[in-house]
Amino acid sequence: MLSAIEIKRVCKDFGGVRALIDIDLEILPGEFFALLGPNGAGKTTLINIIAGLSLADSGSVNVMGHNVITQYQQARRNLGVVPQELVYDPFFSVREVLLIQSGYYGIKHNNRWVDEIIERLDLTGKAHANMRSLSGGMKRRVLVAQALVHKPPVIILDEPTAGVDVELRQTLWDFIKQLNQDGHTIVLTTHYLEEAETLCNRVAMLKDGRIIALDSTQSLIGKLAAGNSVRIRPLPDRLPLALQPLKKSCTNGLYELRIDNYAHIEFILSALRSENIHIQEMYLQQPDLEDAFVSLIRNSGKKLQ
Amino acid sequence: MTGFFTLLHKELLRFWKVGFQTIIAPMVSTLLYLLVFFHVLETRVEVYPEIAYVVFLIPGLIMMSVIQNAFANSSSSMIQSKISGNIVFVLLSPITYRAIFFAYILASIVRGLLVGLGVYLVTLIFFDIPLLLPLWALLFVILGSAILGALGLIAGILADKFDQLAAFQNFIILPLTFLSGVFYTIHSLPAGWQYLSHLNPFFYMIDGFRYGFFGISDISPHISLLIVSMCLIAISALTINLLRSGYKLRQ
Repeated sequence: MLSAIEIKRVCKDFGGVRALIDIDLEILPGEFFALLGPNGAGKTTLINIIAGLSLADSGSVNVMGHNVITQYQQARRNLGVVPQELVYDPFFSVREVLLIQSGYYGIKHNNRWVDEIIERLDLTGKAHANMRSLSGGMKRRVLVAQALVHKPPVIILDEPTAGVDVELRQTLWDFIKQLNQDGHTIVLTTHYLEEAETLCNRVAMLKDGRIIALDSTQSLIGKLAAGNSVRIRPLPDRLPLALQPLKKSCTNGLYELRIDNYAHIEFILSALRSENIHIQEMYLQQPDLEDAFVSLIRNSGKKLQ
Repeated sequence: MTGFFTLLHKELLRFWKVGFQTIIAPMVSTLLYLLVFFHVLETRVEVYPEIAYVVFLIPGLIMMSVIQNAFANSSSSMIQSKISGNIVFVLLSPITYRAIFFAYILASIVRGLLVGLGVYLVTLIFFDIPLLLPLWALLFVILGSAILGALGLIAGILADKFDQLAAFQNFIILPLTFLSGVFYTIHSLPAGWQYLSHLNPFFYMIDGFRYGFFGISDISPHISLLIVSMCLIAISALTINLLRSGYKLRQ
């Protein structure tokens, strides 16, 4: 199967600082893929290399089978990029910007599609407003629209929801989910882990220029988070012997117990009952990407895959 | 070709939308030069026999405004796009580096022509200026503004901030323009300065352009044409290579 994005042994240095080290990554058509990592991990550098905004020192990158250097025109026609910075051209209106962007991709009469994306991104009221007059959220939407003028099969969004209010964030994600359902491959970087968790089917984590984890979102959470756990406050304040092996921690009479599956809860309850211990408080904790992320970044000495 | 025409159209719109600043203002300042020099020097200087100083001066001033505006157009467009970051929209697109080069250069030529033509038409109201060989004049305007458009593109790419661009403009473009024979014929200069003037490519642009008006010039217009054309080819090759390498544009 043809990869949407194929990255092979890509390295990049910036004045002696190793920004990317031997990156290998394949993203398949139709995936909703997240690129996570702390600031300075190399996410934007990697995106810039895919987009041709930055040149790799070694290695190769293909977009829909086209090399981003030797076949840059075909590669770029297949790619839409929403940059992280809120950049805009102050000389033009929203509609003008989108028609100009269409022209750059060789599309002459794009009015119908431009009007459709303007409407779908809720920009109709601002279609003829100058870019300068738009709020940050509006400018962000225009950036998304600009990346879509040529209907690219692969769309990369570099922190598209940074600094965007909650309502707009939801609108944006609904729109991007729709694009993914329509068959577009989506790659995003985000600092909001819950977004990657609910939207993306696969995640790569970068740290210090290396991919330290690459897996399906669910499996990564399963692998990395310390499993589900339950926290209980027993009365009297003691734990039956049978439950001691499950104990992860105890703070102020609140015991955290590891559970591998939900049937385990029944075992815990019966052990407590058999010793006449009551439950004052009880919380169920599920792992999330945040936990996975934190534990990975902490343990990034070991390569996990 | 659509990508090229779109970028050209965008570059034309960019200066057209602020036409007071990019066309009218340079016309006014050129006409002010003319007014001042006319008042001070009219009766004291004769450059060519039978040609009044002010009439001699006008083609030089027109070419000077063409040169300055062609340079300003590509350089300010490039550095603004770089500093505001919106150059990314061109860099993300499949437009070839050659198309980028030609779009910026053509926009510079058009702006140079518009300002030059504007100055010419206004001066026609007040003075009787011969235009004996208009095609020669047009040829030198086009070549000159293309060279300055390319120089502007190089300066815009190399400069990281407006300050550096201003240095390029004030320490290179402006002296080369002022010392190229806009205000005088180089025959009036001492031998050493005459020699130095021959090393200044702007001199050939202005001398060749003036030939289009009066049919006389300091040196043969064919030599000027050859030198100006060779300059254009060399600077274009340099600019295209710079764009191809991605230097300062694609990290």
